Amino acid sequence: MQPLRALAATLTVCFAAIAPAKAADQADNKQPVTIYSSRIEALLKPTLDRYTKETGVEIRLLTDNGNALMERLAAEGASTPADLLITVDVGNLWRAADRGLLRPVQSEVLNRNIPDSMRDPDGRWYGLSRRERTIFYDPKKVNPSELSTYEALADPKWKGKLCLRTGKQTYTQSLVAMLLSRYGTEKTEEIVRGWVNNLATDVFTSDSKLLEAIAAGQCEVGIANTYYYGRLINRDPEFKNKVALFWANQGEGEGGTHVNLSGGGITRHAKNPEGALKFLEWISSEDAQNGYTHGTFESPVNPRVEADPIVKAWGTYKADNTNATQVGQLQPEAILLLDRVGYR
Amino acid sequence: MFALPITLLTVIPLAVVAAYFVYPQPDVWAHLSQYVLPRVLLNTALLMVTVGIGVLAVGVPLAWLTAACEFPGRRFFSWALMLPLAIPAYVLAFVQIGIFDYAGPVQTLARAWFGSSRAFPNVRSGLWAVTIVLVMALYPYVYLLARNAFRTQGRRALEAAQTLGYSPRAAFFRVALPMARPWIIGGLTLVLMETLADFGAVAVFNYDTFTTAIYKSWFGLFNLPAAAQLASLLVTFVLLLAAFEQRMRGRRQYQVASAYSPRIVLQGKWRYIAPLSCGAVLVAAFVIPVVQLVIWAAEIWREDLDTRYWEFVWNSLELALGTSTAAIVLALLLAWVRRNYRDRVSRWAIRLSTLGYAVPGTVLAVGVFIPIAWMDERLVALARLTGFSGYEILKGTLLTMMLALVARFLAVAFHSADSAMQRISRNQEDAARSLGLSTPEILRRLYLPLLRPGLLAGFLLVFVDVLKEMPITLMTRSFGWDTLSVRIFQLTSESMWERAALPALFIVMVGLLPVMLIVRQTEQVPGSTS
Repeated sequence: MQPLRALAATLTVCFAAIAPAKAADQADNKQPVTIYSSRIEALLKPTLDRYTKETGVEIRLLTDNGNALMERLAAEGASTPADLLITVDVGNLWRAADRGLLRPVQSEVLNRNIPDSMRDPDGRWYGLSRRERTIFYDPKKVNPSELSTYEALADPKWKGKLCLRTGKQTYTQSLVAMLLSRYGTEKTEEIVRGWVNNLATDVFTSDSKLLEAIAAGQCEVGIANTYYYGRLINRDPEFKNKVALFWANQGEGEGGTHVNLSGGGITRHAKNPEGALKFLEWISSEDAQNGYTHGTFESPVNPRVEADPIVKAWGTYKADNTNATQVGQLQPEAILLLDRVGYR
Repeated sequence: MFALPITLLTVIPLAVVAAYFVYPQPDVWAHLSQYVLPRVLLNTALLMVTVGIGVLAVGVPLAWLTAACEFPGRRFFSWALMLPLAIPAYVLAFVQIGIFDYAGPVQTLARAWFGSSRAFPNVRSGLWAVTIVLVMALYPYVYLLARNAFRTQGRRALEAAQTLGYSPRAAFFRVALPMARPWIIGGLTLVLMETLADFGAVAVFNYDTFTTAIYKSWFGLFNLPAAAQLASLLVTFVLLLAAFEQRMRGRRQYQVASAYSPRIVLQGKWRYIAPLSCGAVLVAAFVIPVVQLVIWAAEIWREDLDTRYWEFVWNSLELALGTSTAAIVLALLLAWVRRNYRDRVSRWAIRLSTLGYAVPGTVLAVGVFIPIAWMDERLVALARLTGFSGYEILKGTLLTMMLALVARFLAVAFHSADSAMQRISRNQEDAARSLGLSTPEILRRLYLPLLRPGLLAGFLLVFVDVLKEMPITLMTRSFGWDTLSVRIFQLTSESMWERAALPALFIVMVGLLPVMLIVRQTEQVPGSTS
């Protein structure tokens, strides 16, 4: 074993010396764009490869947990190689901007392609894809006329029939943050308490499992993200007969369905901000939005782009148009509320 | 004294985290103390107790069976029982839920046959669900270390016990078990530290432990100071645990004159109970999860398997081999220091060096990254004077990654090496010196051969741990450099569990060979053939 270990040690030293290759700066204006993304490679790479093919600009991608990425950006400060930060959930987008990690940019193209409510008013981040969090129900047991709003699910008539995602997941937190911005602390606390009382079983740590539980009959109604529904239908077209989608809060004055975003912003110390901006503009264009959102069953932010056929089949809906920043900055308060109410 | 440089590896990241202590956060603490901490503290304590008892109840008897006894299938089970180590705990967790939950195949079948599946226990949340998964994932630590203990303890003590009138069972409990104490306590400590630091598995079960509070403060409430303060509390607790462990070891001597011991051949019903119980554990902890992973991977491998996988495998191997080697070398040094220097500074240096294991992964990753980024900024500024135009010198290199990983896993290597070190008697060392051997020669010709099982065990444990590790690998790697664990993280973070089955299976396959080879190697007891 000793010679083997010596060999391993020597190899280690050799490899350590040969650091993973780093690209040198290009002389021409096709400078590479460096992206830090919490959207995983599998979902992002096809779009990035398309960009490189169309424009010849190399993209260097680093993926990691969104919060870890923010800490990394903060720690790197002015020497960060990142030009663009792509992350998920309005809370994270707000926080990145709030910490001064992103720089404000104004662009006519971006303003045209992305509606007001889906970008930072100061231009620090822009939404790139949309996902909705709405009500799903068992069509065999529930008549859609019984459903109306998120708040109505707190009604005692749903006792023992409701399935919800854990309060530790940002999706739940953003939904509650939206309710907070609409109704204030007291009423939201009441609503969430009602939800907790109506739970059919312990909260779920996965939206897919939640939807499968509705299909299996463990509960009759639940709240989940639409793209998990899309994925399940994609795998088993019969699934849409087992679990049906209901757009929440569509009535007059009810506010519209809760919408969350994946988005990106140019970093404060970007070395290639022009390249990053060009990329953002490209990905918000009609052409790219298709590819970016179709495989993932999200909705495009660009209002002129059609959604994936599976997504389109769910029909149009009225989206909540509170600016995402407002919702995002309420995330910490939403978490405190969830703790107080005992929503785990 | 010599231990200090090694200690710095762990202490610097921890100091960075602890530095945030100076910003008091009364509001967050008020909220946490009222609504969060009481519950998570209780949960964490309960979990540590149940998991601790669980791994002892599973690991120690199995170790005894495969180390000291002979029964059909012993050779196979000796190494096969280590296999559950290759599956990340939260993958096990998800598999358990996938199979046994309400909408899963087992309960659905039960409802089809019996009309209702109410009799099924709750496998999706709660203490027992988490305990089962963590016990299955972590018992190999206790198993391997206890096995080393039993394998090297020698027959003399047992024979002496029997001549004094103890029955074999009494001899086991009153002689063999106490003599194996450092190993068992070492393995238990590793398990408890891993339980404290774990976030993945408990998150799948929505079981709130102390790490939940840390992550909530940091990533939810965006309050890094509060999170750092909580993490510092955790570290303090672990130090207390380490001191307690020290006390438990006692001042006893664990040396043996001759380590050779023939196996106890099992007779009668025990001949069948032994392989059956080994088989049951193996099936539950390894076979069933792997079968589920294979089923999932079979659905999607065509779209996911590409040439990049060779790259992932190679990178994982590279990282794991390098880190294990470095870790075991440093652990050997630390064990040597502990043996020969009993002063306070050394003792504390050693304790601090092994803290990295109990700190939640992402916290340590950030703690490691900040100093690296800081140093890089200065080094790059210096290098610019010579015309260097890049942005990174230290960041993203393999060396930095390995140092960070060693900071995390040093505890694992250390406990194996240290326990093994206890077996070497002063007499042997004195004899070697009297024969004129210098210290390096003593190390090479006396210590290394005797320590081999322990060092190999440590090497294996660190190797598999690095294969599975995620937060530090993610944080310290460079662009386009991915490992199998990075792949798993990405897919599971998007809840693509079925697709994550493919890299998970690769980790199992990559880990299989070292497990087989190394456990076989620890079979050979040094001194028995000389």
